Amino acid sequence: MLAPPLRERLLKPTDVSHPDHFHRVVDCQWACPAHTDVPEYIRLIAQGRFTDAYLLNRESNVFPGILGRVCDRPCEPACRRGRVDEKPVAICRLKRVTADLKGEIAHRLPPVPTQKNGKRIACIGAGCASLTVANDLLPLGYAITIFEKQHEPGGLMRTNIPAFRLPTEVLSEEIHLITERGVELLLNTPITSMKALLERGFDAVFVGSGAPRGKNLEIPGRYSDPMHVHIGIDWLESVAFGHITAIGRKVLIIGAGNTAMDCCRTSLRLGATDVKVMARKPLTLLKASDWEMEEAMEESIEIIPCHAPRDFVLADNRIQGMNFDIVEYHEQDGKLRSSTLDSSFFPADDIILAIGQENAFPWIERDIGLEFDQQDVPRVDRGTMQSTRAGVFFGGDAAFGPENIIWAVEHGHQAAISIHKYCRGEDISVRPPIAMNLTSTKMGIHEWSYSNSFDTSMRRKVPHVSLTERFKDIKIEVEMGFTPEQTRVEVERCLNCDIQTVFFASKCIECDACIDVCPTACLTLAVNGEEDDLRGRLKAPANNHKQLLFVSEPLTQTGRVMVKDEDQCVHCGLCAERCPTAAWDMQKSLVKIPYAFDGQSGPGSESRQSGR
Amino acid sequence: MTFMQKPKVSHSKLPRNELGLSIRDYEGSMSTLCAGCGHDSVTAALIQAIWELSIEPHLIVKMSGIGCSSKTPAYFVEGAHGINAVHGRMPSIATGANAANRNLYYIGISGDGDSLSIGLGQFAHALRRNVNMLYLIENNGVYGLTKGQFSASADVGSKAKKGAVNNQPPIDPILLALTLGAGFVGRGFSGDKDQLVPLIKAGILHNGFALLDVLSPCVTFNDHEDSTKSYAHTRRFDRPAVRTDFVPRKTPIQTVCEGGEAIPVELHDGSTIVLRKVSKDYNPVNRDEAYRYVQEHQKGGEIVTGLLYINEDQQEFHALNDTVSGALRDLPYAELCPGSAILEEIQHLYR
Ligand SMILES: Cc1cc2nc3c(=O)[nH]c(=O)nc-3n(C[C@H](O)[C@H](O)[C@H](O)COP(=O)(O)OP(=O)(O)OC[C@H]3O[C@@H](n4cnc5c(N)ncnc54)[C@H](O)[C@@H]3O)c2cc1C
Ligand SMILES: Cc1ncc(C[n+]2csc(CCOP(=O)(O)OP(=O)(O)O)c2C)c(N)n1
Ligand code: SF4
Ligand code: SF4
Ligand code: SF4
Ligand SMILES: [Mg+2]
Repeated sequence: MLAPPLRERLLKPTDVSHPDHFHRVVDCQWACPAHTDVPEYIRLIAQGRFTDAYLLNRESNVFPGILGRVCDRPCEPACRRGRVDEKPVAICRLKRVTADLKGEIAHRLPPVPTQKNGKRIACIGAGCASLTVANDLLPLGYAITIFEKQHEPGGLMRTNIPAFRLPTEVLSEEIHLITERGVELLLNTPITSMKALLERGFDAVFVGSGAPRGKNLEIPGRYSDPMHVHIGIDWLESVAFGHITAIGRKVLIIGAGNTAMDCCRTSLRLGATDVKVMARKPLTLLKASDWEMEEAMEESIEIIPCHAPRDFVLADNRIQGMNFDIVEYHEQDGKLRSSTLDSSFFPADDIILAIGQENAFPWIERDIGLEFDQQDVPRVDRGTMQSTRAGVFFGGDAAFGPENIIWAVEHGHQAAISIHKYCRGEDISVRPPIAMNLTSTKMGIHEWSYSNSFDTSMRRKVPHVSLTERFKDIKIEVEMGFTPEQTRVEVERCLNCDIQTVFFASKCIECDACIDVCPTACLTLAVNGEEDDLRGRLKAPANNHKQLLFVSEPLTQTGRVMVKDEDQCVHCGLCAERCPTAAWDMQKSLVKIPYAFDGQSGPGSESRQSGR
Repeated sequence: MTFMQKPKVSHSKLPRNELGLSIRDYEGSMSTLCAGCGHDSVTAALIQAIWELSIEPHLIVKMSGIGCSSKTPAYFVEGAHGINAVHGRMPSIATGANAANRNLYYIGISGDGDSLSIGLGQFAHALRRNVNMLYLIENNGVYGLTKGQFSASADVGSKAKKGAVNNQPPIDPILLALTLGAGFVGRGFSGDKDQLVPLIKAGILHNGFALLDVLSPCVTFNDHEDSTKSYAHTRRFDRPAVRTDFVPRKTPIQTVCEGGEAIPVELHDGSTIVLRKVSKDYNPVNRDEAYRYVQEHQKGGEIVTGLLYINEDQQEFHALNDTVSGALRDLPYAELCPGSAILEEIQHLYR
């Protein structure tokens, strides 16, 4: 018998009834801020059901056509396929396929009642955050008014994401799916006083005004030639609205985030021939996504690391270029420290500053019970999205600083839930739970209702418009989308991680069949232990602590436990197929996501929305 | 039978052996046996052992007779040589193959029916000749392939699935092998790979005939309550007598031998097996004592497992028969087939 203290440290049987357990196994869905059901939409594409796949996407991420092109795609680095053979499934590109090939959908959106519920909601800004709030609340009968200072809706998606990455038609189509269903959209209408707005008697206010201020670089020479030193996001906006149509031949971009990547590629389309991205940090630490850098480099843009801007160089008040400190980095006490090695001059006709954005709320009075922190950022609750003033909610970049579209969408969903509860006088801090459904996929002996084989091919690469064609017009979309043949292969690369291995300990006779057959050595029958000890005794190295261990109840014959390292399970179902007693079953998990819901209608479909 | 193929992917961090191969490189085709069959676990143990020994696949010969057990060679080391003999006739084929090429690793897989019923005579003679091979019996007490009739290893009183009782005394391959003079006698259980894998490794490297009797439950016809060869029954009555550790060549054995009464036995290739008594009054290097111990425990229904007897000093088949030193295929043709004049001479000797 083990001594009691040791026994206490043994791993407890995993509680698989908690919805998070199986949800976490679906790595992509877990990583997606809006929890898009990726494996299901990929299967729908595989079946040629593009419209269904689009609608499934739309339910969680609202803008599949847009996101299928420009999403930050946190799902892809999380994808299990990336752990098993390096490259993740092209989840995002497949999302675009659903948008490109979908049929008529208007009649399949949740109906918007003509009889309104009497509540009026104001949304500030017509970016993706506000649009999501409108999308979720319209079916519940709310009257939505969106105030937008620009003459067109879309926020940064329209003003900053260049058309060669996101065509205007795609953007407009998905915005119209919301705004043309009864939203009062007031363009050219900036809100200049929150106080005044609050006095207009709206039942709730949503602030989706983004993080509109580009960071500046206060170094010598900054203001001497304002015509040729630009703030990245403002410059992109001017390009988007056609106010700027040309730039000098030599351009330096300062900063190396995603804004920098859009600035450099846009410059090439406005006549620049020599564009350099000047990064303060080493290449491995740059903020831009790998694929954005790859695309910039494909267009012969040079990314120059470890160069910190020192001053602007001018002659006769005309920009000549810039001096940089060449820096080196080393780690000290876990912190990255730099030392200057040398300096260097780079010539330029124009310089674009792309070193970040921040939110700014000059139009919110500071005496209305809406608190700001030391950084002048409003205090917003991460769960409810409510500010310190009841009935005023924030979301998107306005809430916690610049992020991305998919986070703005998720904020919008959460804010919609809060607004609905708030308007009904309910406690908004009580959140509707995520639920989980499991259904066996066993159809008969050796018959399963999912395709358990997968394609071992490498990830498909989206074809691009040729380098000779793409610069002819700034509106030419570079990515062409997958060909049907590529789609066919890519959908089969998905491992169906939502087809879960569910274990019934009382049935197991410890015959080892599942352990012997598992291609990726996920399973071990072991004497229980502490987590680290147990990980060290598993069949294959289990060093990825981010991935769960499943530990069963003690088994009847020997008292050992069945341990599964979820890390590299390919969901092939062989364990269940080879188990003589059906102690393993392959069950499809369905994560039911909560959306704003009044007991009858809501933006989520009947089978998938929790609470229905 | 499973129609699904095992995906070609493997765990991205699977270790490699001395040859740079992963354990999956030692697999065979997908098993067609019933799900949960003990034989499949034995297959997995074989794969593990051979991978750990870093044996090149083409140096292995897999042989078997007929039966579910005898299908095993199809399921491990795809790149090896193999033959499926007539029921109970694998020992003769193994003897012939080994006579022709002594430089390969011979692994014979058989069943209790294949070896103890129809093939008993063949089995006994291969053993007596001390053919250098691992002879592994996957013992389930029934003829699995022909739907579960009692085999010669069925215990008295054991009930068949439909209720028939076996009244004939069993043949225990361990006692038989000890009587017939085998130099390596071991018993394992498909459900205990920690014990089985070192036994297989030692058996493969033993210089001479290595008998391994592996209890390997038939889930379909002999895993019910009144069976004496079920998973549950075997687990309940399994009495390991010795623990076997395998120490590869060039590894110091001191640490393994520390504490307890450890008996190191050096194998032909320089690796060592370290035997540790689990039961105090057991002696794995004394044939008579081993025999007595196994028999006594058997009376109480206990199943003694482990490397039960080993003697590395017995002469194997080639030494006994004073054959040429290499494989026949390596002999120059003139030596292998010296011509009719020499034949005439030899025949003359017998006139
Ligand atoms: C150059 C660049 C490229 C990007 N690329 C990507 C990408 O590829 N993928 C991605 O996911 N994200 C990208 N992002 C980030 C993404 O665009 C934002 O995170 C997202 O648009 C935030 O949405 P939002 O609704 O919070 O705000 P915004 O999109 O900023 O919308 C806010 C809206 O509010 C309006 N507004 C502001 N103040 C007022 C006011 N007082 N009264 C009325 N209206 C007002 C603005 O005009 C604007 O229309 C990029 C950002 C930049 C700058
Ligand atoms: C000469 C001959 N006689 C009988 C048979 C029928 N037969 C096939 S397999 C088998 C018994 C196999 O039993 P065992 O060796 O224990 O293998 P298991 O299937 O139990 O693993 C018999 C009798 C045969 N194939 N050939
Ligand atoms: S489904 Fe089962 S057999 Fe397949 S990889 Fe996962 S644990 Fe292994
Ligand atoms: S195959 Fe089934 S009975 Fe056998 S060890 Fe695995 S879960 Fe248990
Ligand atoms: S019949 Fe018995 S011995 Fe044959 S494969 Fe099935 S379980 Fe194994
Ligand atoms: Mg048998």
